[in-house]
Amino acid sequence: MNQNLYLEDISNGMEIPTVKKDPTTQQLVKYAGASGDFYQIHYDMDYAKNNGLPGVILHGALKNAFLAQLLTDWIGPLGKLNKLEVQYRGMDLPGVPVYAKGNVNEISSDGTIKCEIWLEKEDGEKTTVGKAVITLPSKN
Amino acid sequence: MAGENIPQDLKNAIGIESSPLDNDIEKGAIKRFAEAIEDSNPIYTDESYAKKLNYRSVVAPPTFLRSVLTNPLPENIKSPYSAVVDGGSVWEYFEPVCAGDIITTKTKLQDVFDRDGRLGNMIFIIRITSYTNQNSELVATQTTTSITYEPKEN
Repeated sequence: MNQNLYLEDISNGMEIPTVKKDPTTQQLVKYAGASGDFYQIHYDMDYAKNNGLPGVILHGALKNAFLAQLLTDWIGPLGKLNKLEVQYRGMDLPGVPVYAKGNVNEISSDGTIKCEIWLEKEDGEKTTVGKAVITLPSKN
Repeated sequence: MAGENIPQDLKNAIGIESSPLDNDIEKGAIKRFAEAIEDSNPIYTDESYAKKLNYRSVVAPPTFLRSVLTNPLPENIKSPYSAVVDGGSVWEYFEPVCAGDIITTKTKLQDVFDRDGRLGNMIFIIRITSYTNQNSELVATQTTTSITYEPKEN
């Protein structure tokens, strides 16, 4: 990770290297503490079930952080993340690994690169989908 | 009819903005956040590495601003439904955020609408938070969608 990436390295359709995450209940507690989001659906099983959920679920913002890492690991220290958009489509539960993935879908003449990004489970279900805009330095 | 489930107080509040709140961005808070999201990028924890890349200090991860406080909107601006899920967010980034910065936040109620779905009638609350640093530079904005609903009896 953190190798420099340049505009010349990018081609339309190319895949962003996958980042695998293994969320646990402990991570949800750590994230609650670090983010200040103490909504009980993320750590109290009874509370979550009384709210119609299958169990405690990942914070949407934690999934957002996984997708941010997908991009920052890829673009390295010289790239810039300009825009990051996510929509939560499905719930993710601790104990179930998730894969952050993406690909390049537009390269503008001004050097802006647009990407599709998503989180998927082993079975291919996409629980979070989104888009990102990045800029990279040129080798020239 | 669309919107009939939305209280008038909530509809009238569209456009209301919270009072600004200053937040000190602490190195330890950035480190704890990076640990919580399990992102080992040294730019979040290694100050000399961050300085070599011309940052003032360690850099905050892109979604760190989620942990920064904002003043709440007035008490009456809330959904009549008791449960809420996070529908998603849109971040726009303009300048880096580093340890030592002072970030001023303001949150505006941008839109409210309702829709029927899997959880019954759902009221969507769209808020936009702006983050400005000590040099009066707008560093980022985050637009969030909260989906509120009334849980059914099990």
